[in-house]
Amino acid sequence: MKTKVILAASVLALFSSPAMLVTAYGDPAEAELSIDGEKIAVTAAAPEGHPFDTLYSGWLYREPETRALEEDSFENPGMFGVEQGAELWSVVEGSAGKSCESCHANPEEDMKGVGASYPKWDADSKRPINIELQIDKCREENMGAEPYKFDAPQQKALTAFIKHQSLGMPVKLDLSEGEMQKWWDQGKEMYYTRTGQLNLSCSNCHEDHSGNMIRADHLSQGQVNGFPTYRLKQSALVSVHNRFRGCIRDTRAEFPKAFSDDLMALETYVTWRGSGLSVETPAVRQ
Amino acid sequence: MTSTLRALIVASGFGAVALAGSAMAQDVKPEAVAFSDSGGIETPVAAQAGSAEAGQKVLTDRKLGNCVACHQVSTLDAPFQGNVGPSLDGVGDRYEPDMLRAIVVNPKKALYDGTIMPGFYTLDVGKHVREDLVGKTILSAQQVEDVVAYLQTLKE
Ligand code: HEC
Ligand code: HEC
Ligand code: HEC
Repeated sequence: MKTKVILAASVLALFSSPAMLVTAYGDPAEAELSIDGEKIAVTAAAPEGHPFDTLYSGWLYREPETRALEEDSFENPGMFGVEQGAELWSVVEGSAGKSCESCHANPEEDMKGVGASYPKWDADSKRPINIELQIDKCREENMGAEPYKFDAPQQKALTAFIKHQSLGMPVKLDLSEGEMQKWWDQGKEMYYTRTGQLNLSCSNCHEDHSGNMIRADHLSQGQVNGFPTYRLKQSALVSVHNRFRGCIRDTRAEFPKAFSDDLMALETYVTWRGSGLSVETPAVRQ
Repeated sequence: MTSTLRALIVASGFGAVALAGSAMAQDVKPEAVAFSDSGGIETPVAAQAGSAEAGQKVLTDRKLGNCVACHQVSTLDAPFQGNVGPSLDGVGDRYEPDMLRAIVVNPKKALYDGTIMPGFYTLDVGKHVREDLVGKTILSAQQVEDVVAYLQTLKE
């Protein structure tokens, strides 16, 4: 009997805990970010139908030292990858004897805003593609070159370079093109599906418990506006599909292949969850 | 009676006890664990009684319970204790052993379905479980009892 009363009380307390998180310690930092004079929206009002009211960049959940690294382009180790991408732009490869520059002569102009609007519907393959796949598309169809292997350093560098041209611009997807909505739906379903022996969904950590500490990590909303991100732990740029796979693996599940339908659907949905946040590439994370 | 004979008798006596032990008491299989009406699990899931000392290790070991990734225990000097879940200080006062056991075995049944806390002795798990872990529980029956024994020591 005694157990029951205590239990009822604590179950009540448990149910009310998600609401309590709003004021619990572990909230995102209150800070503003500008990079190279560009104001970065690290908070945004959530789009309609979103479970949150306010969206927060992962930057706000990191330690002050990590935040400072992103604030200063000269200090940001991810900028090295961006520079490599700029150099690759004019490297001729493939049977057509062309480089990216042959067709996109002014990347600073031509690629502005591009990174903020992907994944985008690709009518040829009838599925959403991300920047990595668009690069491969141009290599195969326009240059006569091989697609990159997943996470090849050149793939990460070019992706970072292209996304960096949208620095400070709001993430905005066009879900009205093709079957984007269907893929969004499928991505949403994945987001809320528990996987692995640990039986966890993305939402368990990034929605129900963002703001809490899990081990040494301050749980963020799991936003993708900063990808590829420079991870201090890995001393390297990390692609968005690499991150997804890591989070899924940590639930002790088998994880989908990079660029698979599953991960493209997930990327579409998760990118939408960050609508209105600024592109931060290359963000710095722990 | 020769000393050899005496040794034989003693040895066979021990043998009998050990035999009886293994015949009578076996670990309860995860699919056979029974929850009571109040949501607890009254019968220990392991044949042997739990050891609080072993349980403490399970709580902090990343490969085992990894409980401190989400919970704090102020008497443990494990680094990086999380706060996804409530502090476990005094949890031995808050719950009877049958409830502690149920929470560790399957909090989705013992607490509520949507909880983030994994069930440590259940086959009711997520999709696409890593191939080498299919049909396996996170903790063994013995480790569950060790954890339950340790949690009972957390009194205020
Ligand atoms: C032979 C010409 C050609 C070459 C070489 C080429 N592309 Fe393209 N690229 C195009 C065309 C055509 C399009 C699609 C039409 C458009 O958006 O301009 C395109 C589109 C793109 C887009 C999408 C733009 C958007 O608005 O969505 C990106 C990103 C891109 N290319 C990157 C690259 C990169 C990186 C390289 C080098 C690895 C490259 N391209 C090489 C012709 C080329
Ligand atoms: C067990 C908890 C857990 C689960 C489940 C989980 N993640 Fe994560 N995730 C983390 C932690 C911890 C980090 C690093 C700290 C942070 O940014 O939250 C992280 C980071 C991320 C990031 C990087 C955020 C940034 O600002 O750079 C993304 C994106 C992400 N997760 C997406 C996902 C997706 C998608 C899923 C579901 C497939 C998922 N996560 C499932 C714990 C989890
Ligand atoms: C992924 C995070 C996570 C892990 C790992 C975890 N728990 Fe929990 N636990 C929770 C949460 C969260 C709650 C509260 C229920 C809720 O709000 O979902 C909880 C509740 C509890 C409670 C009830 C506490 C109370 O005061 O009501 C006990 C006891 C408990 N956990 C023990 C453990 C033990 C023992 C382990 C390791 C074998 C463990 N937990 C691992 C997240 C976790």
